[in-house]
Amino acid sequence: MFESLSDRLNSTFTRLRGKGRLDEADIDEAMKEVRRALLEADVNFKVVKSFVEHVRERAIGQEVLKSLTPAQMVVGIVHDQLIELLGEATKIEMAKTAPTVVMLVGLQGSGKTTTAAKLALQMRRAGQNPLLVAADMYRPAAVQQLQALGKQLNVPVYTEPQGANPVDIATNGVRHGQTNNHNIVILDTAGRLHIDEAMMHEVATIKSRLNPTETLLVVDAMTGQDAVRAASEFNEKVGITGLIMTKVDGDTRGGAALSVREVTGVPIKFIGTGEKTDALEPFYPDRLAGRILGMGDVLTLVERAQAEYDEESARAMEKKLRTATFDLEDFLSQLQQVKKLGPLEQVLGMIPGLGQAMRQQQVQVKEGDLSHIEAIIRSMTAKERHNPELIDSSRRRRIARGSGSTVQDVNALLNQFKQMQKMMKQLTGGGGMKMKGKGKRRGMGNMGQWMQ
Amino acid sequence: MFNLFKRKEQPKTQEQIQEQEQKVEESLQRTKRSWFRQIASVFEVDEITEDIWEDLETLLIQADLGVETTVDVLDRLKKRVALDRLKKPSAVYEALQDELIWVLEHPEHATNPRSADGAGPISENGKEPHPYVLLVVGVNGVGKTTTIAKLARYYRDQGKSVVIGAGDTFRAAAIEQLVIWGERVGAPVIRHQIGGDPGAVVFDAVEAAINRDADILIIDTAGRLHTKTNLMEELRKIKRIISKQLPGAPHETLLVLDATTGQNGLQQAKAFTEVADVTSLAVAKLDGTAKGGVVFAIAREMGLPIRYVGTGEKITDLAEFDARQFVKALFS
Repeated sequence: MFESLSDRLNSTFTRLRGKGRLDEADIDEAMKEVRRALLEADVNFKVVKSFVEHVRERAIGQEVLKSLTPAQMVVGIVHDQLIELLGEATKIEMAKTAPTVVMLVGLQGSGKTTTAAKLALQMRRAGQNPLLVAADMYRPAAVQQLQALGKQLNVPVYTEPQGANPVDIATNGVRHGQTNNHNIVILDTAGRLHIDEAMMHEVATIKSRLNPTETLLVVDAMTGQDAVRAASEFNEKVGITGLIMTKVDGDTRGGAALSVREVTGVPIKFIGTGEKTDALEPFYPDRLAGRILGMGDVLTLVERAQAEYDEESARAMEKKLRTATFDLEDFLSQLQQVKKLGPLEQVLGMIPGLGQAMRQQQVQVKEGDLSHIEAIIRSMTAKERHNPELIDSSRRRRIARGSGSTVQDVNALLNQFKQMQKMMKQLTGGGGMKMKGKGKRRGMGNMGQWMQ
Repeated sequence: MFNLFKRKEQPKTQEQIQEQEQKVEESLQRTKRSWFRQIASVFEVDEITEDIWEDLETLLIQADLGVETTVDVLDRLKKRVALDRLKKPSAVYEALQDELIWVLEHPEHATNPRSADGAGPISENGKEPHPYVLLVVGVNGVGKTTTIAKLARYYRDQGKSVVIGAGDTFRAAAIEQLVIWGERVGAPVIRHQIGGDPGAVVFDAVEAAINRDADILIIDTAGRLHTKTNLMEELRKIKRIISKQLPGAPHETLLVLDATTGQNGLQQAKAFTEVADVTSLAVAKLDGTAKGGVVFAIAREMGLPIRYVGTGEKITDLAEFDARQFVKALFS
């Protein structure tokens, strides 16, 4: 169902190959695809409309650069426009006089309590002294949940007995933080519907009573068209200073981020990327833009790889690749590295084009396949690993027996490895594609590279 | 397929463009105020014009039906309008409702024949399974635990005995939450410690339900994103444990969807069906302004019937799904 915008535009533009300038009719065709792609990514209808208008204006009359196809041009413009609208990453504002009060608000199930714990952990790791305040008196056991998380993270949690008034808890909690030298107080509030007058009034009261430094709206990244309504209601009735998108670790396109950012005008501060308490990452507009467009998320992948790889072994590997002495032993250690990067499917999905190609061919890569390959390689002797040519049919039979697989599996692996070696020779021989480090890689130049 | 999106043929004058922009602006304002007024205004005019199609498209997309389903529904509607020579917008409105109900009731590519003909207790030789085992699954934060509490209450009100299995051993205080609900509705909650093996809890829960001669066993599971292979495999295992212990169970695997979820809902339905053989859906949080339209895409592609809708925070806020009502709510 989800093709990337670039694939779609490519097919729209096949007839345009070699054309020097995009005329209005071409742009109209392209804009239909842009519109559709954004709607499928759950960007709100109205937001899509104004977005497409902007892109159209930017695109009309643009000269197609020699190195790019028209499709690449348009995707580049869309991508840039998305980044512009998503805005810059900003940090949590700190109050001039302590404590900094951060209040989390949002719909039920958006992930406020988990996010509160994640924020607390991040603050503590940054050398701050956070206090969590449990002001959700409605959901059964919400207080216990925050207490349990606080205990796990070694962050104190201020609570009051069942039946207490949330406004009082919040006020007392902040005072408690002040007297106990906590420089940050993180306030978890109950989930509420934006149309629930009484509940919205309650949270507005808390806000006006405490005057928090940050009031952050927690938004589920999987939210559909309605995201704008909830966000603008929260903004109007409570007033928010920032956004946290949660559950970004799924396969949602996350168009809601663009929608809420657009209607509220406040920055996205963090994204939640997992169930564990350390899975809170800073927000990078370029990555999310790529995701909304279905172009993969190379930068996150590179960053994770950088975090996991030590530089020395990376350099050694590079040398091996260049001198084409890459053998099965190296392959095995590569596999183990890849496994460290996260669930395989997620990792592969981040590689531009690959996720899409896999969907097209309905290739499913399972974690189990990797272990299988590992088992086969581990059943080889060191000599065989360095010298796969040695492996004749009797050795193949032995390896198959040893790894609990069939001779066909062993054959398949050896063939794939041979092909891989060949490919690597070509890549390293021809200068090849290099992954640049993280940072501000945007604009059209690298768009072309992204879309190869 | 994209004919809906085509601009009108004649070139427009500046004035016409301005006028149209103003109209768009106005209609957006209307959307903000009230959906009802919007849909009413669509059908208020005397004759069917091109604008109607555009307005309807907007309406369906804003209800999260998704582009593909919207285009498909409107294509069929157009054919019907031509075939039946419908002239009045009000007739088109009726026809649209029929088409939408049709999508929910006659899934096109039903992949799950067991559930395609409507849900409900699957009785073998006319006998209700006993205990009737209901496994509840879904991504994080959709409202599984609350839905379970409501279901327990719903069955208790029918005079049935209910046992709940606290299979979410991951989220902090999930067990406590369920225990509180269990006390309120009068259903024992079979539980282990946090961090325990959900498979073991489920095993005990099935055993307890059998021993206590319960009518219904409802099993909670931890919320999991459908992209997490390991957690999804865990769910497969949970289901296997249930079937091993009680052949034929779970009799129903209910996927809870959040009404605010957009197109990702379809991904969720596919992934959960693959590992846990989902038989029906519950749509939670329909008391907000979200319409839960992604279920049309799910019904259309997968043939999963919707059984329950959650309509509020109170424990009694659960209703059996009614396609006609659901479709009507799209326009309210």
